[in-house]
Amino acid sequence: MTEVSSEVLSPVEVDSSNFSWRHVGGLWRTAGILIPFLIVFITLSIVNGQFLTRQNLVVNILYLQSPILIIAAAGTLVLIAGGLDLSVAATFVLASDIAAQVALHTNPEFAIVLALLCGALVGLVNGVVVAYLRINALIATLAMSFVVSGIAEVATNNTFYSLFNKPSLGKFATTNFLGAQSAIWITLVVVVLLGLALWRTTFGRYVFAAGGNAEAARLAGVRVSRVRIVTYVLSGSAAALAGVISLAQTLTTTPYSNESSLAFTVLAGIVVGGTSIIGGDGSVTRTVIGVLFIALIQNGFELLQFNAFFIPLVTGVILIIAVALDVWLRQRRR
Amino acid sequence: MTDPSVEAVPRQTAANGDVEVVSVSKRFGGAPALTDVTITIRKGEVHAFVGENGAGKSTLGKIISGVYSPDEGEVRVDGESMSFRSPRDAMDRGIVTIAQELAVVPFLSVEENVLLGAEPRRWGFVRRRTMRRRYEELSERVGFRLPANQMAGSLVTADQQKLEILRALSRDASTIIMDEPSAALSMHEVYALHSVIRSLTTSGKTVILISHFLSEVLDLADTITILRDGRIVRTGPASEETESSLIEGMLGRSLGQAFPTKQLAADDAPVVLEIEALSAVGVHEVSLTLRAGEIVGLAGLVGSGRSEFAMALYGATRVTAGRIVIDGVDVTHHRPDQSLRQGFAIIPESRKDQGLLMGRPISENVSLASLGALSRLGLMSPIRERHRVAHALKQVRVRMSSVRTHVGSLSGGNQQKVLFARTSLCGPKVLIADEPTRGVDVGSKRMIYDVVAEMAASGLGVIVISSELEEVLGLAHRVIVVRAGRFVAELEGESMTQQAVLEAAFTESAAVS
Repeated sequence: MTEVSSEVLSPVEVDSSNFSWRHVGGLWRTAGILIPFLIVFITLSIVNGQFLTRQNLVVNILYLQSPILIIAAAGTLVLIAGGLDLSVAATFVLASDIAAQVALHTNPEFAIVLALLCGALVGLVNGVVVAYLRINALIATLAMSFVVSGIAEVATNNTFYSLFNKPSLGKFATTNFLGAQSAIWITLVVVVLLGLALWRTTFGRYVFAAGGNAEAARLAGVRVSRVRIVTYVLSGSAAALAGVISLAQTLTTTPYSNESSLAFTVLAGIVVGGTSIIGGDGSVTRTVIGVLFIALIQNGFELLQFNAFFIPLVTGVILIIAVALDVWLRQRRR
Repeated sequence: MTDPSVEAVPRQTAANGDVEVVSVSKRFGGAPALTDVTITIRKGEVHAFVGENGAGKSTLGKIISGVYSPDEGEVRVDGESMSFRSPRDAMDRGIVTIAQELAVVPFLSVEENVLLGAEPRRWGFVRRRTMRRRYEELSERVGFRLPANQMAGSLVTADQQKLEILRALSRDASTIIMDEPSAALSMHEVYALHSVIRSLTTSGKTVILISHFLSEVLDLADTITILRDGRIVRTGPASEETESSLIEGMLGRSLGQAFPTKQLAADDAPVVLEIEALSAVGVHEVSLTLRAGEIVGLAGLVGSGRSEFAMALYGATRVTAGRIVIDGVDVTHHRPDQSLRQGFAIIPESRKDQGLLMGRPISENVSLASLGALSRLGLMSPIRERHRVAHALKQVRVRMSSVRTHVGSLSGGNQQKVLFARTSLCGPKVLIADEPTRGVDVGSKRMIYDVVAEMAASGLGVIVISSELEEVLGLAHRVIVVRAGRFVAELEGESMTQQAVLEAAFTESAAVS
């Protein structure tokens, strides 16, 4: 070895002053949402006796948040891959309309499968429009949400269905198993599968690469467009599944106008969980904590009988803090 | 070196519109870009800066125009010391730059662009008629005109340049800096530009011309300053220079022992890559045969089409004609992922924009291009990944405390080595390394050269693209000079000299017919 190279071999060229930050970045960010979550959780369990009851935790929070958790888990993948899906609310409504209509005439299993397929189809269209027509994801999925909600309105002739006379579909969400409803178990399975996909599969790596640096990913052999399309298909299917679960929970469909803020509620949960709005970073686990954190705050307002009008205000402030934290962390990392 | 000293420039002669640069030094992150530069640019002359890529000519232009402020020394206008903090400050003193990337507002008309930010107005409303009158007066004064109502975006590049010149003159510019003004122009447009430059000087304006094109420089300039490694080689009248005297002045220091010993490939080594009359955007009918163990260097100016060639070869941009055969397999219209599978690997020009996921761990960056081999049915095999990544990193001698560290926290040299680790993990047959040592410290450079040489010695065909002439000459077994998207010269053995490469890169006549 020459003098030049031996000189380079010796120093470990890692900036040691910032090293610990970067190394535990993921853990630190999990803590960033987990700590506030635990603070609120513990505070509520101390100040309100009703909080730590099975009825409150399992039914009021987990069971009712199931649809949002499912959409948010899939939405996390879309966001990490560098996309955005605003059409989930429309897909949610379309799927529950389809499921209700089909369940009224045939059997509920068929209704569920058909609704999921429709959701996947919406996702596919989203993905193709964004990836191949290169239309900005925000605009493309916004447009799709008009199209899809329009289709739902036309298809249902603007009527709302109730399944009270044919409630067998309800079992999809309400069947009790080991102390929790099936909706919660389905959510758990979806969340775990998506989390695993992100964490331990080649697809997960490609998702991070596509959102982190699309050009670098492409040159490293990642088929960025295809990866993004798959994330949209997952998101559409998840929105449809959430729609079916919601239908099974209430046995009625809801008009789109009642659900139009759903996409933003979901997005808030994902971002509060620390997934980056510009892609390349995030985690399903943190999304779950983020969604539940917002749910806890709402729950706290109800239990403590605070004025519910303040919930959006508080949610908005939390969202801004979360995004500011994300920006700050990114700057440190560069 | 004949640096004109400060004393040689008496103050009284400087008081009439001359721009002086006095003992200016500038460093970027420790690397000196300019060292103790002193020149006087006289009013009314065309003063050209020439030098190799990275010699400091653009930096010097940017210091004069206030984009950068000098670490040491000063810029004087009319003998008065200036401390420009922004291009705006310099503009107020009559110094304006026409940049390589033109800055016109595409959907505003020519006159609106020219008077942008200085529109005649009353109570916040633009006074259209006054504006038109001013524009007409200006055109009259300058001696060339553009249709006042045309959208600026629809003008050809040369006319956009004229627009910028008009804008500069509308602010009473006395000194106009042009950074590679003819780089993006067609032959015809170049002539038009040249006549504009001449008419500027006859009306008493000073033009600072930064150009790669030596014939243009000799044609237009009154005075030429040659820069090399951030220092002035000499400043002198253009009439005393010739193309070969300029090239000689621009030549760098000797190669030294900065490079590993060359292990030339055997003449009968198998051909790994065969390119026949390949054409793509910015690439015209280039052909190349690459043997196992061979390192071919691509030299040429920035923008000559080297990187475009690399991207087309790899399938990252569309190939319009020709054939690419790697190890007997036709890969002409492959996507990057398919090229990768057939044995291509690329170290892209910009590791930040095209290479690395800066926020992700080192290990993920290394394994990204080989995930198929590190997984089963789409499920990652973490243990196999860890072993293979560690091995690859060791091969290229990346030293870090943990593979889970974010790549963005590594030094430039180590980031580049991470990219080499990624390619070595793919087990390629052909490696394309585009600017493999850009922004890399001196020590890491030698290590990267060693890695390139080792990869070639292990039987890869390697194509090295570099703007550093020394690097190409020191590393490559054979050098191809690229100009305007064509391979204009191929140099081997004895004929591989800086002089020969520069001649082929700069001049039309050196083209091999």
